[in-house]
Amino acid sequence: MYAHTLQGTRHTFPDLRTLLARATPARSGDQLAGIAAESATQRVAAQLALADLPLQTFLTETVVPYETDDVTRLIIDMHDPTAFAPIACMTVGAFRDHLLAIDDPAPLRSGLTPEMVAAVSKICRLQDLIAIAAKCKVTTAFRDTIGLPGRMSVRLQPNHPTDDPHGVAASTLDGLLLGAGDAVIGVNPATDSVQGTTSLLHMLSEIVERYAIPTQTCVLAHLTTTMRCLENGAPIDLFFQSIGGTQATNESFGVSMNLLKEAHDAARSLNRGTVGQNAMYFETGQGSALSANAHHGVDQQTIEARAYAVARAFSPLLVNSVVGFIGPEYLYDGKQIIRAGLEDHFCGKLLGLPMGVDVCYTNHAEADQDDMDTLLTLLGAAGVTFVMGVPGADDIMLSYQSTSFHDSLYVRETLGLKPAPEFEDWLGKMGLSGGATPDRIPAKLAPALAGLA
Amino acid sequence: MTAPTLWRDLRQYTPARVALGRVGAGLPTAAHLAFQADHAAARDAVHAALDIAQLQTALSETKLTATAVRSACPDRPTYLRRPDLGRRLREEDRETLQPAPCKIAFVVCDGLSALAVQRHAAGLLALIVPALEPDGPIVIATQARVALGDDVGEALHASAVIVLIGERPGLSTPDSLGAYLTWAPHVGRTDADRNCLSNIRPEGMPVAEAARKLIWLATEMRARKLSGVGLKDEAPMLAATANSTSLGAP
Repeated sequence: MYAHTLQGTRHTFPDLRTLLARATPARSGDQLAGIAAESATQRVAAQLALADLPLQTFLTETVVPYETDDVTRLIIDMHDPTAFAPIACMTVGAFRDHLLAIDDPAPLRSGLTPEMVAAVSKICRLQDLIAIAAKCKVTTAFRDTIGLPGRMSVRLQPNHPTDDPHGVAASTLDGLLLGAGDAVIGVNPATDSVQGTTSLLHMLSEIVERYAIPTQTCVLAHLTTTMRCLENGAPIDLFFQSIGGTQATNESFGVSMNLLKEAHDAARSLNRGTVGQNAMYFETGQGSALSANAHHGVDQQTIEARAYAVARAFSPLLVNSVVGFIGPEYLYDGKQIIRAGLEDHFCGKLLGLPMGVDVCYTNHAEADQDDMDTLLTLLGAAGVTFVMGVPGADDIMLSYQSTSFHDSLYVRETLGLKPAPEFEDWLGKMGLSGGATPDRIPAKLAPALAGLA
Repeated sequence: MTAPTLWRDLRQYTPARVALGRVGAGLPTAAHLAFQADHAAARDAVHAALDIAQLQTALSETKLTATAVRSACPDRPTYLRRPDLGRRLREEDRETLQPAPCKIAFVVCDGLSALAVQRHAAGLLALIVPALEPDGPIVIATQARVALGDDVGEALHASAVIVLIGERPGLSTPDSLGAYLTWAPHVGRTDADRNCLSNIRPEGMPVAEAARKLIWLATEMRARKLSGVGLKDEAPMLAATANSTSLGAP
């Protein structure tokens, strides 16, 4: 039982998950689940009670049972008491103050649980989420180095409604001409089949080889599909999977810890990286657990942070919160999407993940391009590892709006951010640095090399 | 065909917004405002109210009649926030649906695009109703999601229900209609129990082609007394909804 008296009224919260849910800034998904605060005052009372909570509590009271949930077991079993020691006597409120005061939160990483970072995020304003995340340096590498200070990478997302190879190649070339693609060239396949995924893998691999691009490719099929493509000898750089913050959510995605471990082992043995071997790519998003009826009465932001515990067990190259994709029943409008995007980035970075955000919305959400500009700019200030690059911000396969190649150019130019160093050198060799982009495609990037003739 | 050398030539390969040009880091005015116009059309489609009288008039031209019901959502903001209410009939409307066991009932839902329903539903029904010789009613449902058809089907004691529904608008596709077939409809059915045709619109799957597929699928469903993944296995060219991309809706 947790309680706080505010303005003469005593507010009580029967358990930790209820306290966390009531303390969460308003969002439609928690309201749909029936766990959100019932008034603005109750929310702040919960935040005050949460601020007084010792961090130790998160090691003794779990929000999802240890016995029945393998994500909880992962969180508890991997906790590092030595890294936790400097903050072991702090409350959540004191931890927020500490994070704002210190220069480098990285040494704490393995001592932090997702619930601790989710809790502290709930008593942070946006500027706190930005300032603290900006101090978290996370670097990963495969064929280029992602996450160095002063850099922001872009996933080139050349989706096509029928996986037409010419269509994918044209969007890929368009993105390269606008400086995108250093995080990954990653296609969401329209059809999740071994045959279709294999042909896309070969096609992307050939483009990267012929243009000699220091980057990696990925077809975002289900992990079981990718593993079957591997058996067929397809060229696989990154192993992708959507993951969630409870065992039941992951089961709804058709994945288990064993499957993730199998893929991680396979990726390491392939040894396809040149400057590093981080070979996993995960996507997450608030609301997936509620959508799968697998949330255990826990608020969607805390569950989302728990997904990062799964991610960090497999040393990923990239982790991406697809924040506005799921729809208005989970994040209703631009305000909720903006807050959630910054929370996810903050929690992922504190836990040591190479965190990107798909700054995006659907047409039935109360959001527009202005909201996306706001979130993108704030994420740039927060040091986001990577964002998406979609031609004209319009994903014609998934039918949602993400950030465009132009949007990433805007952030890089306005905030003085550069691509990954190896990719920056490549852009220079191709004559694409400095912002001058000719109408005529440079000879070194001849479309024929991408299969367009 | 010779290899393209100009950036704008990339447009021939994809409907994606490639080769938009560039002013500084930004989009040229024309491309920026073209995007805004498309988003506005999609937004208007999401928030447009279904003109029930107009739809009934269109149906009457092929001698079809329909009754109108509503979901438990009083308005569009509630509809967008509460998918659970959009799947349930308003109580007073449930009482108007008298149990009358039938083979197939049709439910036309506004979904996320009344525009799609207004443009394509009557034409599609005009092709499929005579072919299927259904003995159940046509019900028009507003503020409705796909699973509202289960509630209607259960109230009517229908053997099967076919739901036509406005799909979530994409940036260039504000008027896309979906069709869902469910055998033995009852509250609690999931998407895995249904078969789905998507993207019904002139530039996607034209109404005539959708009608042909729907008639085939409905005939198979009745013969085999099942829908969903089991039926999909027999007809690989027709996707079960479990395999389609789902974005929160329907």
